[in-house]
Amino acid sequence: MSTLRLDLENYRDLLEEYVRTKDERALYQAEQFSKQSMQQNISPEEIINIHLRSLQEIYPEMPQLILDSFDFLMETMMSYGLAYQEFQSLREKQLELKSEIAVAANMQKTLLSTVKPEMEGLDIGAMSVPSKQMNGDYHHFVMDDEGSLGVAVADVIGKGVPAALCMSMIKYAMDSFPELRMDPKYILGSLNRVVERNVDSNMFITMMYGMYNTEDHTFSYSSAGHEPGFYYSKARDEFEEFSAPGLVLGVSEDSMYEQRQKQVEKGDMIVLLTDGVTECRKGDEFIEQEEILEVIRDNKDLPSQEIVENVYKYFERLQDFQLRDDFTLIVLKRDV
Amino acid sequence: MNLNIDVKQPEERYSVMTLVGEVDAFTAPKLKEELLPLTQAEEAVVEVDLAAVNYMDSTGLGIFISALKSAKEYGATLKLTHMQERVYRLFKITGLTEIIDIDTSVKEGGS
Repeated sequence: MSTLRLDLENYRDLLEEYVRTKDERALYQAEQFSKQSMQQNISPEEIINIHLRSLQEIYPEMPQLILDSFDFLMETMMSYGLAYQEFQSLREKQLELKSEIAVAANMQKTLLSTVKPEMEGLDIGAMSVPSKQMNGDYHHFVMDDEGSLGVAVADVIGKGVPAALCMSMIKYAMDSFPELRMDPKYILGSLNRVVERNVDSNMFITMMYGMYNTEDHTFSYSSAGHEPGFYYSKARDEFEEFSAPGLVLGVSEDSMYEQRQKQVEKGDMIVLLTDGVTECRKGDEFIEQEEILEVIRDNKDLPSQEIVENVYKYFERLQDFQLRDDFTLIVLKRDV
Repeated sequence: MNLNIDVKQPEERYSVMTLVGEVDAFTAPKLKEELLPLTQAEEAVVEVDLAAVNYMDSTGLGIFISALKSAKEYGATLKLTHMQERVYRLFKITGLTEIIDIDTSVKEGGS
């Protein structure tokens, strides 16, 4: 209502119209009036004052007693006016914080960015979507000179900013490992010591670390309490869960990690994920694992990047879908 | 969803905490506030009855890890009882079943 003016005259006319006609339209205008008053920082007491003056103009004969009662009402509304002022200043502060977090989130994105390598024989798809501004999931690709691919998927327990900061530490610990080619179980063992020493006791990290050897097409992996991955066998057209026993990082100083291996055939897929994928909900219901695998199967002939994107799109389209946790999904497909 | 926390102390240094509801990012801080002090007593035994907890997320898991660490520090014992299968899966995946005393028997008289 751009024509609505916030002045006494206008308020008086509206009030008069309403009292005379009891017309809904006047009520609607009153609502607009209230919205605009909010926008222009007009306090509740001021509105009462306008109301009082309008009444005086419409009913010059109004008894003194009613006029006096308005003083009383105005006094009663005082605290609301103050609360409203406070709300305004909090809102400004919140905007400030929001923009600072946005800067931090951006910085984190840069710090944690990983380049999805282009590899002969292995088609890689990866996607990570934070549920809030800062992502507590992390994935990382590293290639060594001999053409092997190291892939890490991790989830920091504890959300938001602290989790994100913790992830940056993990990334730098991983970058500082001297040898490029290391077994997953040793990598997890070293990271466990880093986390155990440096991180607050109720924060911990789950990670699956895998090494794909492009020469003999084997995939070795270890898990530190991470959500199991799925292995798709083209020959059997079946998914199976895979994992290896191991405790989450940062709980016990001397954790050991078991390493396992799979022989990957042409057309087979390795699916790595975080619990943001398996704990997606539609409304109050959990999305069943089978449903996720079914979507992957339906898309299996597409390039890996399209597979992961289609899984996310599928979730997004569900009714009442809400991302409760950060969502990370990686697909590795052997294509020659 | 809410979490109801009830603590009984049948003997000195022996507490039984009964949880009803979901342990997630929203309810975890309250749980932490109540659970941690119980574990901070020399040789205390703390039992947490999870028969009526049908959902726990990783934040909840974090609270139990903190509680375990603090129990160790004080020589106290932490026990989780009547854990439901869905919740147990989470403890199993994260390897915590190896280091926390967990009992999954279904509570008598139904869950």
